[in-house]
Amino acid sequence: MNFLSYLIRRTLFVIPLLLGITVVAFLIANAIPADPINANLPTNALNNEEMIQAFREKWGLDKPMHEQYLTYLGNLLRGDMGVSIKTRNPITEDIAQFLPATIELATVGIVFGTFLGVSLGVISAIWKNTLLDYVSRIVALIGVSFPVFLLALVGLTVLYADWGIVAGPGRLNVRLPDPPLVTGMFTVDALLAGQMNIFWDALSHLILPALTLALYISGIISRITRSSLLEVLGMDYMRTARAKGFRERYVINVHGLRNSLIPVVTVIGLSYGNLLVGSILIESIFAYPGIGRYMFRASTSQDFPAIMGVSLLIAVIYVGVNFVVDILYYFLDPRIRVGG
Amino acid sequence: MSSISSITSSTPESGWGDSTLNAVLYHLRRNPLVIIGLVIVIIWIFIALVAPAISPYHPLQQNLADRLLSPNEVYLMGTDELGRDIFSRVLWGAQITIPAGFTVIIIGSFIGTIIGAISGYLGGLADELLMRFTELFMAFPTIILAMAVTAALGPDIQNAILALVVVWWPSYARVVRGLVLEVKSQEYVEAAHSVGAGGMYVLFRTILPNCIAPAVILATLDIGNAIIVFASLSFIGLGPDPSSPEWGRMVSIGIDFFDQWWMWLFPGLGIATLVMALNFIGDGLRDILDPRLRGES
Repeated sequence: MNFLSYLIRRTLFVIPLLLGITVVAFLIANAIPADPINANLPTNALNNEEMIQAFREKWGLDKPMHEQYLTYLGNLLRGDMGVSIKTRNPITEDIAQFLPATIELATVGIVFGTFLGVSLGVISAIWKNTLLDYVSRIVALIGVSFPVFLLALVGLTVLYADWGIVAGPGRLNVRLPDPPLVTGMFTVDALLAGQMNIFWDALSHLILPALTLALYISGIISRITRSSLLEVLGMDYMRTARAKGFRERYVINVHGLRNSLIPVVTVIGLSYGNLLVGSILIESIFAYPGIGRYMFRASTSQDFPAIMGVSLLIAVIYVGVNFVVDILYYFLDPRIRVGG
Repeated sequence: MSSISSITSSTPESGWGDSTLNAVLYHLRRNPLVIIGLVIVIIWIFIALVAPAISPYHPLQQNLADRLLSPNEVYLMGTDELGRDIFSRVLWGAQITIPAGFTVIIIGSFIGTIIGAISGYLGGLADELLMRFTELFMAFPTIILAMAVTAALGPDIQNAILALVVVWWPSYARVVRGLVLEVKSQEYVEAAHSVGAGGMYVLFRTILPNCIAPAVILATLDIGNAIIVFASLSFIGLGPDPSSPEWGRMVSIGIDFFDQWWMWLFPGLGIATLVMALNFIGDGLRDILDPRLRGES
């Protein structure tokens, strides 16, 4: 199959999924709450007949369910997710403000996490049943067993409060100005503006939350890497490669790792969802002003429209990342290119 | 999915004979972590059962004169901002978290099994529709969907558990459907049909009993996960009310008292030890049941 038809086929698969997600989100938002008006408007607006009427009209609440959904979808496509009860801003604006910080954090987190997870997994598989294997499996087990917010609190206590080797809560030292806004990601913007002191400070604030997220996802990644590599190491073609006289390092790097990569890439894609969820759980601890802290505040203050908006956004990002993973398969797995 | 099908293939179909028991004992000896995990889990379940009898204070009893004390002889794990005894609260917390995790898994796997079984057995259009429906639920990261559902229902323990059931059944539906597809083509199923057994009878009496073992194993591997997600929901305020001695909620309140580390560390360790023990058991089970990872090749 050539790349274009593979791409089209995967895209056709994603569109109904995205539509389905909006249906689920719509049903949760409109079918479950006893009264969507109560759930979506701030308390002081509930006495205001005009505001209630305006809300009813905007979301088509007096129309039948399927028309309500179409109104919802129409509003969504225009970038209108309603208004946050807590911040009083349109949710789309809030998201645009807070999302870059989280993408920055999640990207650094996934890079660290992949590196840590794959390394631990490879070490475990190659030196199976040795001390190294046990140590890296215990690290992985901590990553999957400790709640991520506990990892964050312990990390902050030890690395910041006790040892002082990383910057504390926040995104930037309060005395430093924000870098000129281009992407909204402080490290990138600072680099673009050539402000190296701001870059280093932003990076130092980013390290600890990113490491926490990395530890959190590396558990799953290293487990899959270990079992996938162990499976590949037992294959006949590995023995053949060794019998041909290749050095062990070459055999593992070229024949082993390459072939065990496919499930690993799948898991990294799925981990991106965990990473976004993890950011909801830890951004508050690090006072990191991203979408996670926004979601945390929304849920502690019953800001229903904001919760629904962020949920939908995260589901869409999650589907998007896994779409990219599907596309990567094309390059990783030669069977797709040859077969159907 | 491959690990699941290999679990199936190595599941004994004919009861638990002496040799199976010996094999289990043999593998348990080689996986001491399973035993450690079992011991810790049993201790926690025991604590949950006797918490009212063994905790020195009532979890809600406030003692404002003794607020924010660090761990000492009277308050083993210190006190919180209202002078409540953290140690007693951690013990009582086991009463909330453990049943919540088990309830989610039991109801979630039950619903998932029924839907997956029907989907796999009927096949065709019904199967297609049910599976597409299942995939929709899997398109959301677990906690996100649970958050949205709990927020819509209104935050409390029952609703958090209900929301988790809503997000938990799809993985079971997928696994059981796959197993039913496999078993459905066996000769003994054909035999049951040929002697005139009805469709639902065959599905629930002939096919399902042969699919149940892997689903049970999946459930065991999953309890730790359910407990973490429940604690996380509660951490972000979508669980029991703030005064409740639920572990995740206690950690969340402890954030505001960062320097009073005992407020967040002990309830956090409650979650961590319990989930880690469950994962020891789960990992050991997987090693025992998945011959590829056993390391005998």
